[in-house]
Parts: sequence; C-alpha cells; structure tokens
Amino acid sequence: MTTSRLTSRTAVNTVVLIAALYTLLPGLWLLLASTKNSDALFGSDILSFGDFSLGQNLRDLFSMEDGVYGRWYLNSLLYAVVGALVGSLISVAAGYAFDKYAFPHKEKLFGLVLAGVMVPPTVLALPLYLVASGIGLVNTFWAVFIPVLFNPFGVYLARLLSNGYVPNEVLEASRVDGAGELQTYFRVSLRMLGPGFVTVFLFQLTAIWNNFFLPMVMLSDEHLYPLSLGLYTWNSSATVSPEYYPLVVIGSLLAVVPLIVAFVTLQRYWKSGLTAGSVK
Amino acid sequence: MSTVLSPEERTGTPPSAVREARPRRAGRRGQLVACATLLAPFTALLVAVFLVPVGYAVYLSLFSEDHTGLGFGGGTTVFTGLRSYLAVLGDPSFRSGFGVIALYCLIFVPAVVVGALALALLLDSGLVRLRRTAQMMLYLPHAVPGIIAAVIWLYLYTPGLSPVIRLFAAADVHIDFLGLHTVLPAIVNIALWSGLGYNMVIFYAALQALPREVIEAARIDGAGGLRTALLVKVPIIRGTVVMVCVFALIGALQLFTEPTLMNQATPMVNSRYAPNMYIYDAAFRRNNYGLASAASVILLIVTCALSYAVTRWTGRKERSPR
Repeated sequence: MTTSRLTSRTAVNTVVLIAALYTLLPGLWLLLASTKNSDALFGSDILSFGDFSLGQNLRDLFSMEDGVYGRWYLNSLLYAVVGALVGSLISVAAGYAFDKYAFPHKEKLFGLVLAGVMVPPTVLALPLYLVASGIGLVNTFWAVFIPVLFNPFGVYLARLLSNGYVPNEVLEASRVDGAGELQTYFRVSLRMLGPGFVTVFLFQLTAIWNNFFLPMVMLSDEHLYPLSLGLYTWNSSATVSPEYYPLVVIGSLLAVVPLIVAFVTLQRYWKSGLTAGSVK
Repeated sequence: MSTVLSPEERTGTPPSAVREARPRRAGRRGQLVACATLLAPFTALLVAVFLVPVGYAVYLSLFSEDHTGLGFGGGTTVFTGLRSYLAVLGDPSFRSGFGVIALYCLIFVPAVVVGALALALLLDSGLVRLRRTAQMMLYLPHAVPGIIAAVIWLYLYTPGLSPVIRLFAAADVHIDFLGLHTVLPAIVNIALWSGLGYNMVIFYAALQALPREVIEAARIDGAGGLRTALLVKVPIIRGTVVMVCVFALIGALQLFTEPTLMNQATPMVNSRYAPNMYIYDAAFRRNNYGLASAASVILLIVTCALSYAVTRWTGRKERSPR
C-alpha cells in the first residue's frame, strides 16, 4: 500500500515536472540566446559562453535604426499602461452602474456587453479600420488607443465584483449622510472596489501589451508601432539580413519583462479575476 | 426600484412642484444622473468601436464602389446585395482557411483541455510537491505576448538556430517542423504552450471550489485517487470544461499571429492560410474592402453562432437533470 502510494507520488511529480520543463525551457532558451551574437546563435552550442555578447546585443538593440526600439517600448507602455488605466476606470464605473442602479433597458444593454465579450477583438479590427479611414484617424496614435479602451469583459467582471465587494447598506448610509451619488462612488465605492480594479487593470494590460492584429491593420508609421509589431517587422528583416536575429531575440526578452514582473508581484489579483470570471 | 421614471415625471410635471411633498424624488433623479454619468463613457465606446464598425462593415459588404467609364471620375456606390458574400464563399482559399481552423481545433481543443485538466487534477490530488511554484511555472507562458511566443517557437523550429533540431540531428533523427504535415501541429504547439497553464488555473480553481464532503464520501466508498478524479471530480466541473472548450473554439477562429509569422518562414503557410489572414490579404494586398468586409461579417456570424449554440446547448443540458 505504501509502495503503491510512493510510486503514484513519483509518477505524479514526474508528469508535473515534465510539464513545467515544457513551459520553462523555451524561456530559458530565449535567455541564453540573448547572450549570443549572430554567429554564435547559428554556430555553437547553446550552453557555451565562449563569446558572451549580451552587452553588445543591448547596445545594438537600442542603436539600431536610430534607436527605434526604445520608441516602440515607450509606445507599448503608453498604449498598455495608460490604456489599461483609462479603460479599467471606464469599465469599473460601468460595471458598478449595472450592479447598483436600475434603469430602463438595463438587461438589454448588458446583453450587448455580453455580446462584446463573445466577439473577439480581431473580428473587429478590419471594421474598425474602415471606420477609422472614413474619419481620417488611420495611422495615428488614437487609432490604436481608443479601440483598446473597450473592455466588455472588464464590465462583466466589475459588475460581479461590485456585487461582492460593495454592500448596498454602505450606499444607503452614504445617502442618509447626504453625500451625492458620484461623490459616494469616488470616495467610498471605488475604494472598496480597489482589488477588483487591479484585476480588471491587469487583464486589460496583458491584452493591450499582446495586441498585434489591430496595430498591424491601423499603423504604417514605424514610430507609432508597439513592440509586438516592431519585433514582427524586424523578424521579417532577419530573413534577409541575419544580423537582425540577435536583436529580435534580445528585444523579445526585454518585451516580456514587464508582464512577468506584473504577474509575479500581483499574482493574487490574476487568480481572483480568473476564478470570478470562470467558475460560475 | 424596477421602473425609474414615475408617472409625474413622464407627463412632464415640473419636479420642483412635487419636491416638497416627496423629498426622495430628487434623490432618485440624482441616482439616474449619476448612473448615466458612470455609464456614458462605456456606452460611447460600445457605440464607437463595436456597433458602428460592425454596422459599417455590414454596409460595405452589401454595397460597392462602381467605377463607370474606365474608372475616371467619382465612382458611384451601388447596392450589390450578396455578391461579395457569394464571392467570398465561392473562394476556395477562404473555405480552406476554415478547413485549417477545423483541423487546428481537432488537435488543439482536446490537447489543451485534456492536458490542462490532467495537470489540474494532479495538482488537486495533493501528491504534488511545491504546488504553488509548479502552478506559477506552468502559468508563466501566458504572460508572454502571442507574437513573442511565436517568435521563440519559430526559432526553435528553424534549422541552424534550433538546439532541438541539433539535438535530434546528433541522434541522427532529422525533423522538419515547418514541413507540409508538421506546420499545423507546430502552430498548435505554440498555442498549447501559451494556453496550458492558463486553462489549468481555471480548472484548478473550479476543483478547489468542490465540496470536500463529496470527495471524502468517494474515498470512504473505496474509490482510489484516479477513480475519484475521473468519476467524481470531472463530472461536477463539466460546466467549466465546456466553457474552456467554447473559449478555445472562439480563440481558434481568431488564429492570426502565429501563422502570419510562419508565413515569413515557410511556403507551407500561404498568405490566406486562416480566415483572419484572408481578411487582411483582401483588404490590404488586394484592396477589396467589399470582399474583406463580407469575410469579416461571415467570421463574426460564425463566431457568434458557435458561442450561442454551445452555451444554449449546455444550458439545456445543465438544467435538464435537475
């Protein structure tokens, strides 16, 4: 009995270990490859550190094409951080309104929100391009920034979280005290929704950071590109001139860092979002 | 508070006249104003980046610019009805895109659901050491942007760059990850790598929410760990399983990033490989917005129909046994 328990324990841990290796090794490869120059990348053993050129790669990365990579990085931060901040403010406000107020056609409007959740952003990219080109917004910052603010899943999540975190008694108490509705929202409710706000923010941050189809459709000016699109164009260049390969590798590594940091430090918020959105 | 407008307000009696008699009236009005203020930005977005674009795409798919007389002068917009739709549906390269998606789903959906569910059950079995660390390591790929995951794997598939291919070659096994029959599994693998841990966390959360008494009862009845997992735990969380399947299917229809990157590396992935690539190709390489709009609308309808059908079907199944 104990031996069979020991065998199953070993078997279970082996399977999980293999799965963990599968998820981690590609990342490890990226880390090791970022220390190699173009020749070493193609020639030598991945584990040999014969010529360690991480510093040189970094210098090349930020000097290539007049430092356009730094520009892409800033753009990504701008689209993702500011976009997710504004977007989650909008979504949380709407979710809260859906939870706390009664108004005509409320559930019909919420049905539209749910339809928005079901329709993935890539399906909307071309229609958005057509509208943007109609009003002359194509190839501008706003062409990417405005659409990414729309986060129906955030509204759905915020409605659930508002129901869970903000008791109706608090609103009643605040009303009795004579506080205005918006005042109550910003001073009391939004504070109670804090953890939920972080969850919505993180989900949107990831989504915008990952965004690829929309910028590809909207933008042609390299100076407006986010990282995803910039690295894609460099990868196309690499097929012709291989000196781009180390740049794509190290550029990808740096592009992953912010999300990994956000994920590891704010782990509990991701989980609460996943469970709130899925289990029920 | 089911109806917000009172009869007096609807008939237009000035609110000041009734304020003395009913002090709460002003409060209710204030609530309506606050509610509208909080909803306004989102509603504006809903209209501007969801309803209007979809409506415009439908419009463009039904009309087309007709250039009379050798294309000189302003063209006139002509109602062409379903011509664009017929053109799209009659195009073998569009239909083959859906064929690719179907095949992709056939490999991806079972792989990701079985893999993630198995890992979640193993973590839930209590036999795994360092459970939190394991969970985090498995989840980490989800934090890697899709295009970068695709770049990493593409390089691991590229002869000369890839240590994997070199390793196999040393053992005298030569694999071509970008060949005719391997390129689709290679794309599935990228999606699996990104999605495995994410879906595992969803399953694991559902398993953690199971009532412990049920599991305890199964154990007392003499069911082993494996039997409990497959015959007790999985049936209870089937709602979550179905939901993961739906999102995997919807996600599959959006396939774009990975094959677009592969398109640069191998002739096995052409520029109209998946429906989204077809749309991009129609709009920006062939400059045929009518065609691209029609294809977008078709993809939108298929996506909505699929998610509606599956949720309806499972909704009925969930309700009937009770």
